[in-house]
This record gives sequence, structure tokens and C-alpha cells, in this order.
Amino acid sequence: MAQSSKNKKDGKLKSLFTDLTLRRGVFSIVIFLVLWEVGFRFHDWFGIMVPFIGKIDAPSLVAARWSEVVFKPGYWESWYLSFGRVFFGFMVAQLVGIPVGLLMAVNKYFRGMFFPPFEILRPIPPLAWVPASIIFWPTTELSIMFVTFLGAFYTIVINVLGGARSIDVQYLRAAQSMGATQWDLFRKIILPGTLPSIFIGAAVGMGITWEVVLAAEMISGGGQQSGGGLGFFIWSSYMGGVMDQVIVGMISIGLAGYISSSLIRYVGYISMPWKRMF
Amino acid sequence: MSATAAAVTGNGASGKGAISIRNVTKIYDPGGADVLALDDCSLEIASGEVCMIVGPSGCGKTTLLNAIAGFHSITEGQIDLDGEMLCGPGKELATQGADRVVVFQNGALFPWKTLAENVAYGPIVQGIMNKAEARDKAEALLAEAGLGGVADKYPGEVSSGMARRAEIVRALINDPKVLLLDEPYRAMDALTKSIMHESLLEVYDRTKVTIFFITHDLEEAIFLGDRVVVMTTRPARTKKIVDVKIDRPRDYRLLSSEEFRILVQETKEAVHEEAVKAFEAGERELA
Repeated sequence: MAQSSKNKKDGKLKSLFTDLTLRRGVFSIVIFLVLWEVGFRFHDWFGIMVPFIGKIDAPSLVAARWSEVVFKPGYWESWYLSFGRVFFGFMVAQLVGIPVGLLMAVNKYFRGMFFPPFEILRPIPPLAWVPASIIFWPTTELSIMFVTFLGAFYTIVINVLGGARSIDVQYLRAAQSMGATQWDLFRKIILPGTLPSIFIGAAVGMGITWEVVLAAEMISGGGQQSGGGLGFFIWSSYMGGVMDQVIVGMISIGLAGYISSSLIRYVGYISMPWKRMF
Repeated sequence: MSATAAAVTGNGASGKGAISIRNVTKIYDPGGADVLALDDCSLEIASGEVCMIVGPSGCGKTTLLNAIAGFHSITEGQIDLDGEMLCGPGKELATQGADRVVVFQNGALFPWKTLAENVAYGPIVQGIMNKAEARDKAEALLAEAGLGGVADKYPGEVSSGMARRAEIVRALINDPKVLLLDEPYRAMDALTKSIMHESLLEVYDRTKVTIFFITHDLEEAIFLGDRVVVMTTRPARTKKIVDVKIDRPRDYRLLSSEEFRILVQETKEAVHEEAVKAFEAGERELA
């Protein structure tokens, strides 16, 4: 029985690379690249200026630039710096956000006290915190991390709070009728019951973290004091008029975000075995 | 018939799990509007009896179950289990305990635990068994119920019938005095339901546990029960008690017997009268 279900999963993985969906995905990316290349080469089609894409460097130029850039340590340092900031801000947001969300869910006094200020702070965009953050923290590095943290924090708390509050009361009652204590309820019902929402919060929060870190790096002019990051890489490329390098930076961010969210999905997959059948 | 009638036809073999419900009143207070859910409701359930509760939707059947289980408080009256007060004067809310395990309407197996882990849950949280012992016991009980092959599956991976059977096993591992079932087989197709009935009767014949079973299905009520208690529309009182003097073990030939149909008809008349009243009152269902 277990064997047959394992085979099925292997089959699923295999079919991912052979099935139509993947081929369609590759096909659409190739078409996009070809149109972009052609658009750049001709600048206008039938007398009409190609919007957006015709103005920026073609994929062939970007690829050529990229093949140079990958040998420069500065490029990888940008990756490393941005990843570090995202990881740090994101982890602190998880460490603070999950307990805060759970506490608000299970304790009405805590919720009564902290939910209103939380809701007032939440709509303030993380980037609006940049000036305050620079004053709060002694280094630019910490300021960027703080803003990054804020980006993920609210989303994580809201998801954990919503997830924990929407656990079916029947699970709690069933556990209580079998003799569970309050601590058992929290550890064995509320926590696993909230796990799917924790991972949704993490996935959304991770996306916001990447948006915020890039903008924060651009605004703080990351270069002088604490150096680079992918945001600064893009900004300095733009300032230097190296447009193809800007696009290298953009695609790098896309890849970095994809790697981050894949990691979260993977951790979610191994920590929630009961969700695997879907 | 008197509401306090104690004419009991139960087997009473196990000598535990007798429930005495005396003059219980429950007033809900949703947003200031007092709603009388139970009004001076009395019922004696003998140990080892299968007591079926029927009545119009929202009449207060689940309120009574919740009071016994300790999920809701009562306003007046007293409920005893084996002569000991669960709730009553000075103690509005019964303490929840594994001597009264509930099986719910929509199924409440924990989706994040396998069937075996679900069944092992009670003894572990009560500290009666360690993990390995509980797990062995759970696997043995599941195998006994014909669920040995799916013990390591998650509830989402098995059919609703299997899940519900596992839920009864999860209740029984705690060796409860009373099994409280709140429409456990609602929304099941007739064939699955009949399999569920047979498996529940088989469990009952083995354990002789007292069963408090809420249902809307009158045939189910007569087929399973020693007595069928018909409740009035809200506020709930006991309107009529139908004694089902049919020998056990019972099987499906019973369904086509004259005796069975007369009892169903008798119950139906009593329920119908209340259902009409409830419909005319046009009250919204109370969860």
C-alpha cells in the first residue's frame, strides 16, 4: 500500500517534467524572449514604436552582460548581502510574529490590548519607516533589516491570528473531551492547526521582504557605509547607464525570490505530511 | 407519558454510565436576547442503555449533549453520572472528562494526525499510557474494527465511513462510561450508514457502553436504540419515550418487520407534531 502510493508520487514528479504544463511554460518563455529580441532589433514594427520592450536591451545583450558579471565578486556579494538581509529580517519576523499572532488568538486580554495599535501600524508601508529607522538604529545595515522585518511581520501576524482563530471548535472540544489540558490544546491542536496559515504567511511575507529590501537598499544608497545588495546593484547600474546590467539585476531578484519561496514550500512540505496528498 | 419515567429496557450489564438529568433548564444569552433552549427537562438513562434522542432541528438536543459533556453550562437543574453530580446547583458547568467522550456531527479526527495517532491521543494526554503503549493499543483497536490497513493514513486520505469508525475507536480507547454521539452519520449515504450501524452495534454488544445518540433519522433511532426519546420543539422537554422492545443482536431483517414499522410510525407522529410547531414558529436554528 505504502509502496504503491510512493510510486504514484514518483510518477507525479516525473510527469512534471514531461507533461504539457511544463512544455507550455518553456514555450511561452521562449516566445517572450524571441519577441523581445526581435522588438529590440527592429525598434519599430510596421511603423509603430514597440512600447517598453523595444527600448531596453535585448536578451542576447543581457545574457552577454550576465556572463561577464558572474565572474565579478561584486555581483555575488550583492546576492549574499540581500539574501542576508532578507533572511535576517524574515527570521526575526517569524520569531516575533508567530508568538504574537498565537497570543492574540488565544488570549482575549492580549488581543484587546495589542490588536488596535497593531491595526494602526499595519497600514503604514514599511518604506515610510525608512527615515525613522535610520534614526532608530546605529547602522544602515540594521535600518535596512528593520524595514525588512516590518515588511514580513504584519503579514505573518495576521495569518497566524486568522489561522489559529479559524480552527474548528470541534477539534478543541474533541481534545478536551479526551482529557486534554490547556497546554495540550495549545501544543497539539492550535499549533498544528495553525501550521498551514503559518506557511501561507511565510510565503506572502517572503515576497514582501524581497520587495522591501530592494527598495530599502536603493533608498539608503547602500554603497557608502555597508555596501551593496541587489537593490544597490540595480541602482548603481542605472546611474552608470548600464541598462543591460539593470536587467541582469532584475532577473537575479526574480530568481532569488523564486529560490526563497521554493525553500518555504519545501519546509512546508516536510513539516505538514497530512497536506501531501493534495 | 411522564418525563421522569424511568422505565428502562437497557441491558444495564456494565453497571456504569447511568445518567440522571433532572429538571434541567438552559437559557442562552446571545446578545442580550434570552433564549430558552431547555425547559425543565428530565430524563433517566440507565447504564448500558442506548438512548436515542430525536426532535425538530434546533430544539435543544445538542444543548443537552453539550451540558453533559461540559461544553456548555446549565441554568437550573442537575445532571448526575453514576450518582455523582456533573453539574447542578453551585456548579453550572460540568468538568470535561474522558468518561464522556463525544463523537461529532461533522467528524473531528485531527487532520494532522494519522488514524493511529488520533486514536492514541486520549491515553497520551491523560498520561495513562506512554507513546509506544498507546500506539500499540491504538493499532490493535483499529485492527479489531477492520481499520488495520489504514492506521497510518491521515483522515483526509480515507473515506468518511472509515473516518467515522476510527472516531468511535478513538472514543472507545478511553474506556468511557458514556459515548455521546451528535448525529454522527448525518450526510452519509444509506449504504454507508447501514455499515456504520452494524459496526456500532457490534461495538455496543462488546462493550455495553451507555450511548447517548442524537439523530434525525427515525429508522436509525429505532434500529439502534433501547429507547427513543422524542423532544418537543424549543424549549426542549421530553415529549414521548418510545420503548424499543426488540431483542439484540439486531440485523437488517428487522427493518422490514411489522413491529419495526409500527414503532417508526409511532415515533414519526410524535416528531411530526413538534416539527410542525417548530416550522410555524419559524425560528432560526440554534447551533
